[in-house]
Amino acid sequence: MDREDIMEMIKESNRSVTTGMDEKDIEHWVTIYVMGKEYRVPAVLTVMQAMEYAGYRFIRSCGCRAGFCGACATVYRTKDDYRLKTAMACQTRVEDGMYLVQIPFSPAQKALGDIESEEYDANVFLKWYPEIARCLSCNTCTKACPQDIEVMDYIQAALRGDFEKVAEISFDCIQCGLCAIRCPAEIVQYHVGQLGRRMYGRYGLPREENVEKRSKEVTDKKFDEEYEKTMSLETEELQSVYVEYQKTREVY
Amino acid sequence: MSELTFIDGYPEYMYESIKKVEKTRDRRIGKLVPQMSQKQREEILGRYHPDYTEGGKRRIKHGRNEGDLAPNELVDLLEALPLVKEDDVDLDKTDYETDVLIIGGGLAGTSAALLAVESGIRPERILLVNKLRHGDSNSTMAQGGTQAADRPNDSPVIHYIDAMGGGHFTNKPDVVRALTEDAPVVVKWLCDLGVLFDRNDDGSFVELSGGGTSRKRMHACRDYTGMEELRVLKDEFKNRRINVLEFHPVIELLTDGGTVTGALLWGLETHEYRIVKAKATIIATGGFGRLHIRGFPTTNHYGATGDGIALAYRVGARLLDTDTVQYHPTGAAYPQQIIGLLLTEKLRTSGAQPVNGDGDEFVFPLEPRDVEASAIIRECYGNGKGITTPSGMRGIWLDTPLIDIINGEGTTRKSFPGMVRMFERFGIDMVKNPVLVFPTLHYQNGGVETDPYGNTNVNGLFVAGEVSGGVHGKNRLMGNSTLDCLVFGRRAGVAAAEYVKTSAVDGKLTLDHLRAYVEMLKSAGVETKRRAPVLLPDYRGRAVLARMIDVL
Ligand SMILES: Cc1cc2nc3c(=O)[nH]c(=O)nc-3n(C[C@H](O)[C@H](O)[C@H](O)COP(=O)(O)OP(=O)(O)OC[C@H]3O[C@@H](n4cnc5c(N)ncnc54)[C@H](O)[C@@H]3O)c2cc1C
Ligand code: SF4
Ligand code: SF4
Ligand code: FES
Repeated sequence: MDREDIMEMIKESNRSVTTGMDEKDIEHWVTIYVMGKEYRVPAVLTVMQAMEYAGYRFIRSCGCRAGFCGACATVYRTKDDYRLKTAMACQTRVEDGMYLVQIPFSPAQKALGDIESEEYDANVFLKWYPEIARCLSCNTCTKACPQDIEVMDYIQAALRGDFEKVAEISFDCIQCGLCAIRCPAEIVQYHVGQLGRRMYGRYGLPREENVEKRSKEVTDKKFDEEYEKTMSLETEELQSVYVEYQKTREVY
Repeated sequence: MSELTFIDGYPEYMYESIKKVEKTRDRRIGKLVPQMSQKQREEILGRYHPDYTEGGKRRIKHGRNEGDLAPNELVDLLEALPLVKEDDVDLDKTDYETDVLIIGGGLAGTSAALLAVESGIRPERILLVNKLRHGDSNSTMAQGGTQAADRPNDSPVIHYIDAMGGGHFTNKPDVVRALTEDAPVVVKWLCDLGVLFDRNDDGSFVELSGGGTSRKRMHACRDYTGMEELRVLKDEFKNRRINVLEFHPVIELLTDGGTVTGALLWGLETHEYRIVKAKATIIATGGFGRLHIRGFPTTNHYGATGDGIALAYRVGARLLDTDTVQYHPTGAAYPQQIIGLLLTEKLRTSGAQPVNGDGDEFVFPLEPRDVEASAIIRECYGNGKGITTPSGMRGIWLDTPLIDIINGEGTTRKSFPGMVRMFERFGIDMVKNPVLVFPTLHYQNGGVETDPYGNTNVNGLFVAGEVSGGVHGKNRLMGNSTLDCLVFGRRAGVAAAEYVKTSAVDGKLTLDHLRAYVEMLKSAGVETKRRAPVLLPDYRGRAVLARMIDVL
């Protein structure tokens, strides 16, 4: 096959994701309601892609497009179901009869402070975020979390001052704000989790010996001579040094 | 195509191929295809890599880099007209006066802000502007890890050698030295700020290898490395009360004729312009994946449209290594909703193997990225051994079930919660079944040339992160880019602070350079209606676009 042809074929096969979709490429359709207004969209798309197909060009509610940034929090309801569900628009396929709205921002307050001058003390959470004492243990936050995090559990761990548990449970939080929006006690869970993780990383974990040692060596200019020697090699010499190191490669 | 029957989230015909992959699995454990020789690598790159094959690039016709090759989409950006004309705006009314203006809040920009503060610039004299939210960036999406040579059998110099080799010895040596030598310092800095890198039971880091690294030096935070690093830096940024302005992309730099003196912003929602006066300006706008070079899908975030390169080129900055682009070997090829999204290299580091439609291995799993990507394209298009998806894409399998088999049950869920979750959302269990992959547009290797401190050839202008060029040469290794952003973001923050204190001039704010730029385009024979920066891609359906009219 001609090489340029290969690139053309690849380009063609990707057209539906690199540009807006063309009607003729669409086989299955569903109907969705964006803030109450009806749109017919391709069934294979995510909520985000479907809204784009319908004509939205996002400014808000769209960041990474891959489930990592928390910009595309969505609240929706499906046909004949009274429950409100939550999801990330970039990570959820459209369903027929979906009623949806984007929640691009939660006006949640973050406490400002200085981790460096803080004590590793169980009361830190209550000091920064006294409202966590109001938690009703209703579990609404956990149900709202698109990352399936046991949000209530980490708030409870924060109340106990258990840094390690807060860090471990909250780790996958993408700070989408859906828990906070739904919480009857107006707790800002994701900021509490952030505080717990930083405190645990700063004070709870041991300093890592290798990196402590190596960064000191760097500051002490231990590698100057070796760098200078290596950097003075001709490309061919450097190439063979490279090959030698690749031979002693640690794979798994 | 009519209705398909699905098994475990895959159409039946794809599932049949998965059965073949299962059959060969035992035989493949512990047995890898040998690495290619330098000669084999060159040959396969020349034939199957989108960078090396004909038709994707042309020469830049104007400015500092006249004569250099670059992807068509990048040259389009450089050859575009500005979004505003000089008389559209009143430059006499300044909205913000700052010491340091930072454009872009990924790892590079946020690190720069923190180090500028540490170097004595008052937080209220710094302004970080961002196109989208602070944090909506490529940085947030980094999964695999950050390199730093800190283990006893490793050294920054070996890291240097690996990075040079990975970049085919085209990297700028002095910046690579800064990259590799600062790495342990940066990782320690992050730990002290509270970043939770994966640890072993004895408290030491879990460190893995990556494509092209000769030692294990990848520091990861599950598969949310960039997210963890950036959210901690962002938290510290807020705690320090540094100014930030979101949803206000820079659409042009301002100069006094030579020195950069500030920038022109545009409110994405309200459409009004604002003027920033700055003693020093740092561009940290990240990459250009959303330009969809050669029509490839991309791993990049929504705002990755290469704005920084266009802005910098207009004020006369020199670019480097614009001719190479990084395609990540393993982007998702199925299901359609996630096409192009990244499947981190760490999956292969942990034992997942690329396997063709017949269930046969065909490439060493950890070749440098360009080589690995070419091998996958060859398998699909040269050898015809790929699988074609219902949307018409071809791909090969990444045999992910091997990860648990090799490292013990539960490893995949524990180490790759983000990936497992993504596939689960679309009905696929990657612990049990392999996933279909094809190369995807990932990283802008080249960019604005800098010295080891983020200085450019333009006075008052600093650059850091993915928008820069030189440090990775023609090919970047995994884990060196988050590192690049951290190292040079910090360095640029320090250098900009130093510049503010010692040599900044109180220059005028003008757009004079635009007139010269447009003239230059004309005399180079470029005729165009294109405009840049692009700011955002457009994925609206064609049917809607065809009927759109402007009445309000
Ligand atoms: C999916 C994915 C996985 C990755 N995995 C890894 C990995 O495992 N290890 C590794 O080392 N590297 C990895 N990388 C690469 C690495 O994450 C990025 O190269 C790096 O984080 C870029 O950081 P940055 O600060 O330069 O840019 P970004 O993080 O992209 O930040 C740039 C910011 O500038 C803003 N901006 C852009 N234009 C303008 C404008 N005109 N005005 C104002 N603001 C603007 C953007 O909106 C964005 O917020 C990965 C990249 C991706 C996409
Ligand atoms: S939603 Fe609020 S009150 Fe209910 S469990 Fe969660 S944190 Fe507690
Ligand atoms: S914990 Fe809250 S902010 Fe974090 S991902 Fe879950 S719902 Fe979103
Ligand atoms: S756009 Fe980032 S999570 Fe959806």
